[in-house]
Amino acid sequence: MSVDGYLETLRREGRIVVVGASLAGLRAAETLRAEGFAGTLTMVGDEPHEPYDRPPLSKQVLLGKVPADHTVLPRRRPVDAEWRLGAAATGLDLAAKQVRLADGDAIDYDRLLITTGVRARPWPRELEADLDGVCVLRTRDDAIRLHHRLKAGPRRVLVIGAGFTGSEIASACRERGLPVTVAERGPAPLVGALGGVVGEVAAELQRAHGVDLRCGVQVTGLEGDSAGRVRQAHFSDGTAVESDVVVVALGATRNTEWLADSGLGAGPRGIACDAGCRAFDVRGIVTDDVFVAGDVARSPHPLFGYQFLSLEHWGNAVSQAEVAAHNMISASADRRPHLWMPSFWSAQFGVNIKSVGVPPMADQIIVTQGSLAEQRFTAAYGYQGRVIAAVTFDQAKWLDFYERQIEQAAPFPPEFTTVDRRPEGLQPVPAGFPDPSLPSHGPTVTLSGHSPTDRRVSFTPRRA
Amino acid sequence: MRLVVDLNRCQGYAQCAFLAPDVFTMHGDEALMYDPLADDTQRENVRRAADACPVKAITLDYEDQGAADGKAGASRVG
Ligand SMILES: Cc1cc2nc3c(=O)[nH]c(=O)nc-3n(C[C@H](O)[C@H](O)[C@H](O)COP(=O)(O)OP(=O)(O)OC[C@H]3O[C@@H](n4cnc5c(N)ncnc54)[C@H](O)[C@@H]3O)c2cc1C
Ligand code: SF4
Repeated sequence: MSVDGYLETLRREGRIVVVGASLAGLRAAETLRAEGFAGTLTMVGDEPHEPYDRPPLSKQVLLGKVPADHTVLPRRRPVDAEWRLGAAATGLDLAAKQVRLADGDAIDYDRLLITTGVRARPWPRELEADLDGVCVLRTRDDAIRLHHRLKAGPRRVLVIGAGFTGSEIASACRERGLPVTVAERGPAPLVGALGGVVGEVAAELQRAHGVDLRCGVQVTGLEGDSAGRVRQAHFSDGTAVESDVVVVALGATRNTEWLADSGLGAGPRGIACDAGCRAFDVRGIVTDDVFVAGDVARSPHPLFGYQFLSLEHWGNAVSQAEVAAHNMISASADRRPHLWMPSFWSAQFGVNIKSVGVPPMADQIIVTQGSLAEQRFTAAYGYQGRVIAAVTFDQAKWLDFYERQIEQAAPFPPEFTTVDRRPEGLQPVPAGFPDPSLPSHGPTVTLSGHSPTDRRVSFTPRRA
Repeated sequence: MRLVVDLNRCQGYAQCAFLAPDVFTMHGDEALMYDPLADDTQRENVRRAADACPVKAITLDYEDQGAADGKAGASRVG
């Protein structure tokens, strides 16, 4: 059969299986149907719920403004799928093109999309993790449990880890009037994502809102009472904090265990794929019938030195799912690259934080507008003389402009003048990332085109 | 009715908060908070808000968009 004939048949009567029925899985299913896939579509998800949105869980939901079951995602179109919810995939047979489920069923596919995302990393010591009052936040059920705890009026909440999720949880606690301690191993909150300069602003923000913020410490142990309820946490600096709710916000683990021994290139860092979302097998050869998208995927981005980026960002899950779905049912010449500009938002302590590009690649930062002290500013991040990222605190309206700068590999420090430039923003300073793992080559590409169909990569000479 | 806002796209213009204040509120100067399962009595307000959003950041369920293909092949859950 000719390749065209195969695609024609696939589109008409093929079998597509999506494992992971959340944001990326749903958006992919919609795209498949929107692009004319008429075969059978099976959605496998281990959570019992239909796809729901996670970002509100640490914001509206913890504040008690919206019940956790209100976050079911709207459908952009009917997906006409067979839903296997509450069913975990436990194995993949690449040769037989089959997904195995926990209940013993096996589902055949012609094309497979993996969108199994990540889960919250649990507290490493199991006995302590099992104490009553020790929580994580990733799923809707986690949010229900945590909200319930906060509503009961604990004497003090301890949040371990001051990344975005931990900081948003601390913010919700303060807004509810609850005493909260945040323990962070690094020198400041958000330091891994935004660097030390912006991290200091985040630290100020937390302290100004009454958070007992402790940086540069590790929690060495959790202690329970005789009834098995968590009571106290011990820190590496010898101090201790009494607390009856402990939220472990130590980042995420990729859901790839079910693929062990499958021959797919899946591991603790996720599933590597090419820019067209096709998964690599363990030999480093790209597959043509297994695709990945969302938090579980790791894909090379030409604009960022072809690094394999794993992005736990809402917008990435949507965009990559759309590209993967399109490519699953398209001939190679019609396939599109996933060239999404990394972007995310966070709301905490009343401030709207937004980012574009890849701040952790940067070596320098400059405040181009506004002021760090006022907690309202725009900062541009530079890497080897080009703009690589930008972050705003309550100044989101400028971000589009910086996105264009990043796409064009514009020089850093920026040569343009800006409104509201302050003396502190005249010179770049070190961005203050704890462990810069910088790639070795300079900017060689820029992006152009605005719609997904005409995104292009062009090679550009390296700037001196 | 279900909705979701792409907060990467949202510019905090607050049009939605004027048109459907029971569903969309500003939290601080720029952060938008909303109820992703708005009460059905809010349907018209929410539709108006989605139409008025200058960056088209608000996505409604196809059934609430009044789309022509809205009824084709309803999805099954369970
Ligand atoms: C509390 C919280 C707040 C957030 N806030 C923001 C924010 O403000 N801004 C932002 O940009 N991003 C935010 N995010 C991140 C965003 O929600 C994720 O990027 C997004 O959910 C990724 O979607 P996904 O479909 O790739 O993965 P997930 O949403 O993780 O979905 C994966 C699904 O697959 C299921 N699964 C796993 N293994 C299996 C298996 N073996 N078989 C079957 N099913 C399986 C999982 O249970 C899950 O339902 C937040 C996340 C959380 C948890
Ligand atoms: S109208 Fe649109 S841009 Fe303005 S706040 Fe609402 S969602 Fe955001």
